[in-house]
Amino acid sequence: MRMPGAKMVVEALKHEGVEVVFGYPGGTIMPFFDFIHREDIRMILTRHEQGAVHAADGYARATGRVGVCVATSGPGATNLVTGIATANMDSIPIVAITGQVPVDMIGNDAFQEADIIGISRPITKHSYLVRDVADIPRIMKEAFHIARTGRPGPVLVDLPKDVSVATGDFRYPEHVDIRGYNPVVSGNPQAIEEAMDLVRSAKRPLIYAGGGVITAEASGELTAFARKAGIPVTLTLMGLGAFPGTDPLFLGMLGMHGTVAANQAACECDLMIAIGARFDDRATGRLSQFAPKAKVVHIDIDPASISKNVVVDIPIVGDAREILRQMLKSAEPLPIDSWREKLMATKRDNPLTYRKDCAVIKPQYVVEKIYELTGGEAIITTEVGQNQMWAAHYFRYDRPRTFLSSGGLGTMGYGFPAAIGAQVAFPDRVVFDIAGDGSIQMKIQELATAVLNELPVNIAILNNGFLGMVRQWQELFFDKAYAFSCLEQRLSCPRHCNNPGNECPPYVPDFVRLAEAYGAKGIRVEHPEDVGEAIREAIGSPKTVILDFLVAREENVFPMVPAGAGINEIMIG
Amino acid sequence: MDYTLSVLVENHPGVLAQISGLLSGRGFNIRSIAAGETEESTVTRIIMAVEGDDRVIDQVKKQLDRLIDVIRITDLTRVPSVDRELALVKVSSTLSRRAEVFQIVDVFRAKIVDISHKSLTVEVTGVTEKVEALIEMLKPFGIKEIVRTGRISIARGEVVPEKGGENRTS
Repeated sequence: MRMPGAKMVVEALKHEGVEVVFGYPGGTIMPFFDFIHREDIRMILTRHEQGAVHAADGYARATGRVGVCVATSGPGATNLVTGIATANMDSIPIVAITGQVPVDMIGNDAFQEADIIGISRPITKHSYLVRDVADIPRIMKEAFHIARTGRPGPVLVDLPKDVSVATGDFRYPEHVDIRGYNPVVSGNPQAIEEAMDLVRSAKRPLIYAGGGVITAEASGELTAFARKAGIPVTLTLMGLGAFPGTDPLFLGMLGMHGTVAANQAACECDLMIAIGARFDDRATGRLSQFAPKAKVVHIDIDPASISKNVVVDIPIVGDAREILRQMLKSAEPLPIDSWREKLMATKRDNPLTYRKDCAVIKPQYVVEKIYELTGGEAIITTEVGQNQMWAAHYFRYDRPRTFLSSGGLGTMGYGFPAAIGAQVAFPDRVVFDIAGDGSIQMKIQELATAVLNELPVNIAILNNGFLGMVRQWQELFFDKAYAFSCLEQRLSCPRHCNNPGNECPPYVPDFVRLAEAYGAKGIRVEHPEDVGEAIREAIGSPKTVILDFLVAREENVFPMVPAGAGINEIMIG
Repeated sequence: MDYTLSVLVENHPGVLAQISGLLSGRGFNIRSIAAGETEESTVTRIIMAVEGDDRVIDQVKKQLDRLIDVIRITDLTRVPSVDRELALVKVSSTLSRRAEVFQIVDVFRAKIVDISHKSLTVEVTGVTEKVEALIEMLKPFGIKEIVRTGRISIARGEVVPEKGGENRTS
């Protein structure tokens, strides 16, 4: 069937089963918008392109499907960059479609021209500049295939205006044939056998699992394997939900803000089974103290992740689910009671905790209450910093795809648009963005998107008037010099101030009035006894809600391992 | 140590930029890089000389292999191969010293490919060490300009050894 290029792109989205696209129109991408407008695909107009790409990312993380976002050329495309990099670091499948100036104007510094292919090359899994309308069906097919298979990631399709209005034959290919791209799925049986030999002879085994388990939909297999063999489990930030947070075998998150039990286990284990985790510096701390006595088995879909940071004894390249199924077949209960009991005792004696206060709201208490009042059933997104760590600590994630957070890139402003994406995917579920007062302002304009699309997203701002994690580091490592981390500081304030108190100027903006200005509901909570009621009200409300919790201003995230220190050098607070 | 990788890539625009960007972005050291079409018009071969140790090169290979446009990577470092580099060297040479230059060029089986009143251009082909030895010998005459292709290599015999192919993926 003959049709214009822009329509081909829309047809391809239909073939891929895409139900929603997040985007923002502009000159060169208008033909696409004209066609999608006539189709039965939901289009969510965000207020900034970065909101669109984060929303597509949140949608992808919540569903496991490919998220799609669209922007125009030049500034539209460059506004996607942070979101594409976010998805790339966390291996999230996204197809980003950008407009481009006509082919014969490329390179001429045309209006709204940017070399987005060049700019995005290091932060995409792959990208295409479409030069011929006839290539569109193949390119779209490949883009979706590459985004979702292997180690997933963002794929960018740059669509020049003249290509999108040129006409060609549309026949969507059934198969993909890319000679340089054949991801390995099933693990090497011999390596699996060798790994199981190590498992059987281990005295102090530990499973260290990451986001790859969620990507591979291998949570069930991981849980079955760990329970069958009785091996304790720690998860990375990205892995939260991959193994039930309430399971007795779960030691908590490891790393810079890991639990004492998890970090101790990582130090003392004699066998580390790493699954879908990449030995990131925030998880390992100083490498010489990370599992120094352990043999390491590493299961990962990406060979480049293996022996990148830590030399691995048994690498198994492939799909975590397939490999865990194989391992499960020969798994048996291990006689490691003393190791397990030791860790359980450490876990019991060193729980995540904070000093309760009946006068001031503690941020940890807010997260605990959200956990309690949603019955642990909510989808939680986070911003980045203290809010992210408290959301990781005080909400126990029993299921995958319920904790959506920018782990690798650490993108402030991620959580709210991601919550929009998750809520679009699951209109009936409770979605909370656990935010800081700094982060939320990076993408606050998406309130309009949430309100106009009638998305009952709840934003819980843990408002301490600071860029909290920066302030915490300044307190601990920079002689308590609060340099530009106070968000209340005005011209009239002293230049040097590390003593926030009652005389501080009022916070800007007033989040309650801001919510109301957007047509959302705003609730300010100043006292601990009102926290529960406010959360209940937000959950029950069909509106987009901002909960502005005025929390203890100088609360710190503990436990903490200083950057570059060994994982066992834990500050308890 | 110097490693030689022979990389087959799709002959797409931007693929060389992608590869050099990846290598510089991840902090790998490239001695030289040479690209050219192959017996198949849709495929380009890139020969790169990379500095590092076994672990670094392992990462280089794996990271290159992640690129969708990379079809195959062959590590020629430890297999018998024919290695060549071509250099053009412009040397100052007055009439009185020309004979000396000619002699040196002769010893190295190089060629004089251009000549003027004040300079000579020497073309030399061979392994990197030979090229460098000749350049060293020509230095006393005054080298005005050097143009080098970078190393290209091909495995000896009929079989093309494959390496880095066993772990293909993402």
